[in-house]
Amino acid sequence: MKIIKDKKIIEDNWSHITDDDAISLGNITISLSRWNDEKSSLSSHTGKIGIRLAPSDIIEDISDDLNKISLIGLEFPAFTDGRSFSHARLLRSRYDFKDEIRAMGNFMPDQVFYLSRVGVNAFQLNNSDQLEAALSTMNDFTVQYQASTS
Amino acid sequence: MYQYTETDQTLIDERVNQYKRQTKRYLQGEIGEDEFRALRLMNGLYIQTHAPMLRVAGPYGLISSKQLRMLAHISRKYDKCYAHITTRQNIQFNWPELENVPDILADLASVQMHAIQTSGNCLRNTTTDPLAGVCIDEIEDPRPYCEIIRQWTILHPEFAYLPRKFKIAVSGSEQDRAATQFHDIGLYLVKNETGKTGFKVLVGGGLGRTPIIGKIIRPFLEKQHLLSYLEAILRVYNLKGRRDNKYKSRIKILVRESGIEQMSKWVETEWLQIKDGMEVSEDRISSIQAEFKPPLYETLAKQDAGFESSKTESSAFNTWINLNTVTHKISAYRAVYVSLKASNSPPGDITDKQLDAVAELADQYSFGEIRTTHRQNLVLADVKQADLFALWQKLDRLSLATPNIGTATDMICCPGLDFCALANAGSIGIAKEINEALDDIDYLHDIGELKINMSGCMNGCAHQSVGHIGILGVDKKGVEWYQVTLGGSSENDAALGKRLGPAIAKNKITQTIETILGVYIKQRQDNEIFLDTVNRIGVSPFKEAVY
Repeated sequence: MKIIKDKKIIEDNWSHITDDDAISLGNITISLSRWNDEKSSLSSHTGKIGIRLAPSDIIEDISDDLNKISLIGLEFPAFTDGRSFSHARLLRSRYDFKDEIRAMGNFMPDQVFYLSRVGVNAFQLNNSDQLEAALSTMNDFTVQYQASTS
Repeated sequence: MYQYTETDQTLIDERVNQYKRQTKRYLQGEIGEDEFRALRLMNGLYIQTHAPMLRVAGPYGLISSKQLRMLAHISRKYDKCYAHITTRQNIQFNWPELENVPDILADLASVQMHAIQTSGNCLRNTTTDPLAGVCIDEIEDPRPYCEIIRQWTILHPEFAYLPRKFKIAVSGSEQDRAATQFHDIGLYLVKNETGKTGFKVLVGGGLGRTPIIGKIIRPFLEKQHLLSYLEAILRVYNLKGRRDNKYKSRIKILVRESGIEQMSKWVETEWLQIKDGMEVSEDRISSIQAEFKPPLYETLAKQDAGFESSKTESSAFNTWINLNTVTHKISAYRAVYVSLKASNSPPGDITDKQLDAVAELADQYSFGEIRTTHRQNLVLADVKQADLFALWQKLDRLSLATPNIGTATDMICCPGLDFCALANAGSIGIAKEINEALDDIDYLHDIGELKINMSGCMNGCAHQSVGHIGILGVDKKGVEWYQVTLGGSSENDAALGKRLGPAIAKNKITQTIETILGVYIKQRQDNEIFLDTVNRIGVSPFKEAVY
């Protein structure tokens, strides 16, 4: 599957493990609840670990674990749910998270510009045919009123 | 008034181009209906009963004559030769074609105007007092802060997909003319005990289905913290506001369900973590204030002899002066309300010819500026006493001098069933009927100050719940009925109207209003206005007379 990362279209090299799947080797993302349940056993995992956050998850709850995490996936069940925009901003500005923040799921290519302004640097769209369109919207504006989170 | 910098202009030009590409992709089937809906709404475009409706932002109600001429041009080229002023000081066009909207936005951008975030679940146009900068009871001009807020809201990346729409109003005077207590955030410019000016911050007010008066979340906020405090409130709302039910998604419901103490705790905790990084510097404030410096008033006598004698000679002129003009902070000037409530046209509508003519009059008599008001009229804020008679004659010829500001026929009215897809009942037709019934000018003036607000559905676009008399259209098995409330107010003494009784049939509504006014005339004491009589005697005497 292809995604956008740091303004380039690349192949996704992460496995996104559902709560029912067995943990596989290599780079994996899991849900926050699974992380909370299996944190200790995952300490011996070979490969990087990413956590997927639902809009209703509370960002403070993972703040102590961020040094063990290489990717935060912000899930979009619906493109109209804007909570993940605040999550991204808080991860970058308050918790100083430097690794990948990825928007995942049902968001619009036309939201990529705002998402990148709040600190999201990777985009995994449900419909990967739209990646080119998404990439092009990142240059929609050359000026802005508010400070960006990089 | 504020003039765009290169950055402002680049931003709205780029926005036009963005929307042009989005419209093209939509028309080519590359953007779905739901997705495009969100994108077009944030560019002011609704799809209504008959056609799309485009809402253009009137930033805090301030418009130049050049901009007004462009609105006239747009109404001619893309619409049916008229525009409509809204309760949020915006301007609406009821008949544009979806395909033409990018071109309309480009025309608007050429005169420093846009339709950004005039709709959708985002930060909307900030509103204020239409008499800002000229009224006699001002603590400080609110417009520079409105402009600072405007810039902060426009394309704010974090708050474009809120649980629901979000409206901010700023009032800078003793008397609240901006319905500040009925906004998601209401800001009052106030002085603290040391004489320093800052903001009293209210949160969780609103009209619509669940009208609620805003609660004070911070009695005094220093100016430099304006944006960080707004950002803190918005972040709390974005994260905690309900998204499960659109009728419970406004911040007023979050405040009501969590309580103002809890809300305040959340906001203050958030604010303490961001306030030092987001200060609005004194330099920034003074450079924006410089954009709103007073026009070059002439040094004139406090009373113009010609003006005084015209008032004596023409009782019609005198009446218009009393009702449609107000005292100005410079005694030799007055602020003039241009009434958009003539009996033969829908409340708040203005034709292309009138738009052009008002632009001309603004250039000639009022430093080229026009304000829109939340009661759907226009204001020429800086007119010399000596020019008032000539201005009155010209406005009269344009049917823009109906002497009814603040009276029963100065109704706030939504487009209703005639235009709006949401409406349950007509409102323009009822407004016309009431207007005709109260046509006798002496009767109208005898009734005096009275605010009638009428909405065609419970979304309440015309603020019926805060009308001295509120009229709400409801649908009963396909028939239009009207609920009447008495005693609402959106001013300092903010209150929600109390229901008169069961809904009234369409053919009885005008008669009901007349009956209500009859009770008032009988019961009033001294110079008591309608609202005060209702507050003193309650709803019962009115109810007994009507049912």
